[in-house]
Amino acid sequence: MAQINVKVNGRAVSKQVEDRTLLVEFLRETLGLTGTHVGCDTGQCGACVVHLDGRAVKSCTMIAAQASGSEITTIEGLAKGDELHPMQAAFHRHHALQCGFCTPGMIMTAVDLLRRIPHPDEATIRANLDGNLCRCTGYHNIVKAIAAVAESGAGV
Amino acid sequence: MYQTTYVRASSLAEAANLLRDNPDAKLISGGQTLVPTLRQRLARASHLVDIVHLAELRGLTLEGDRVVIGATTTHAELAASDLVRQRIPGLAHLAGLIGDPPVRHLGTIGGSIANNDPAADYPAAVLALNAAVHTSRRTIGADDFFTGLFETALDPGEIVVRVSFPIPRRSAYEKFHQSASRFALVGVFVAVLADGSIRVAVTGAGPCVFRATSIESALARSFTAEAAESAAISADGLNSDIHGSAEFRAHLVPVLAARAVAQAR
Repeated sequence: MAQINVKVNGRAVSKQVEDRTLLVEFLRETLGLTGTHVGCDTGQCGACVVHLDGRAVKSCTMIAAQASGSEITTIEGLAKGDELHPMQAAFHRHHALQCGFCTPGMIMTAVDLLRRIPHPDEATIRANLDGNLCRCTGYHNIVKAIAAVAESGAGV
Repeated sequence: MYQTTYVRASSLAEAANLLRDNPDAKLISGGQTLVPTLRQRLARASHLVDIVHLAELRGLTLEGDRVVIGATTTHAELAASDLVRQRIPGLAHLAGLIGDPPVRHLGTIGGSIANNDPAADYPAAVLALNAAVHTSRRTIGADDFFTGLFETALDPGEIVVRVSFPIPRRSAYEKFHQSASRFALVGVFVAVLADGSIRVAVTGAGPCVFRATSIESALARSFTAEAAESAAISADGLNSDIHGSAEFRAHLVPVLAARAVAQAR
């Protein structure tokens, strides 16, 4: 068994899990944080993106033990109480989701993007969504939502 | 994923000992290839020896006329490095084309070259720039490092510590993405080294990265896009799959080399 000591959404967590437990399984099944989704199971769709020490990573493509000692933020950790994070609000306002399955990963990737590049042009936004697949929207409104947050300067 | 035992190595020596004592143990660094491979049960590891936290494998420094890059430097760190962007722009550009942002935040140069995927990007830079691979035991030149499909000169238990790139006069990398995987359908790295010699390395096209000597000869006569594009590449032995025939890949090599020549700085 592997000892996992992490801080998840600001809360310290210590658990023992099988060594082969993926980070996404740890989040969803051990901690019950089911906002992080599993889409493709092959590391390509980005539905499982979370922040590990402030960087977007695919939680299905690392084992939980690799993350021990780190701080993790999931989609559940973005809002302040009842107040949506500006990126969540923008996705809502710009209809950047239909079925919503990819949305947690999209939002975590988008927040990471604006931390690295506060004012991306449209091509940069699209290039940075390379690792996130959406099968509903055709991406246009997702790009619009991210651009709107960048313009407002409220990104992070 | 099959059962495994995770061990976070506290030193390079401990990692080497774990590999020696457990022949079915595997090193894990960023894990961006290894974890999906384990998940699909295409591989199994008795132990996963995590070396990503080792201080010995960190660092990105200028040492004389070389840029020396620690094995656990991530693709994102390398792509964003002012040192690499200024001294070896082709290498920084290449790192920013690997996978996607979350993959670049974890994947490492040491893991990439040790795995030697035939469509990985870094092998093209290492070979074209005539880099030296420093391991836990010795130094291996680029021409000797990549030996075949997923094969390198590394011995069992030998660990990549850092990669030392001589600063070239000019460099550029052009990549034709396989659009689903983000790997290179074909990628071509063109380098003019400090002594004026020209090296052109091709990834994605064959079972292992290789030098396009016909293009190197053409560029030695005239360092122009036209010269690169006029060189012939044989389709014999190149990869052929649903994404592109060997003939298509052979066609792409001089096309991408020409674009790289035009971009080289």
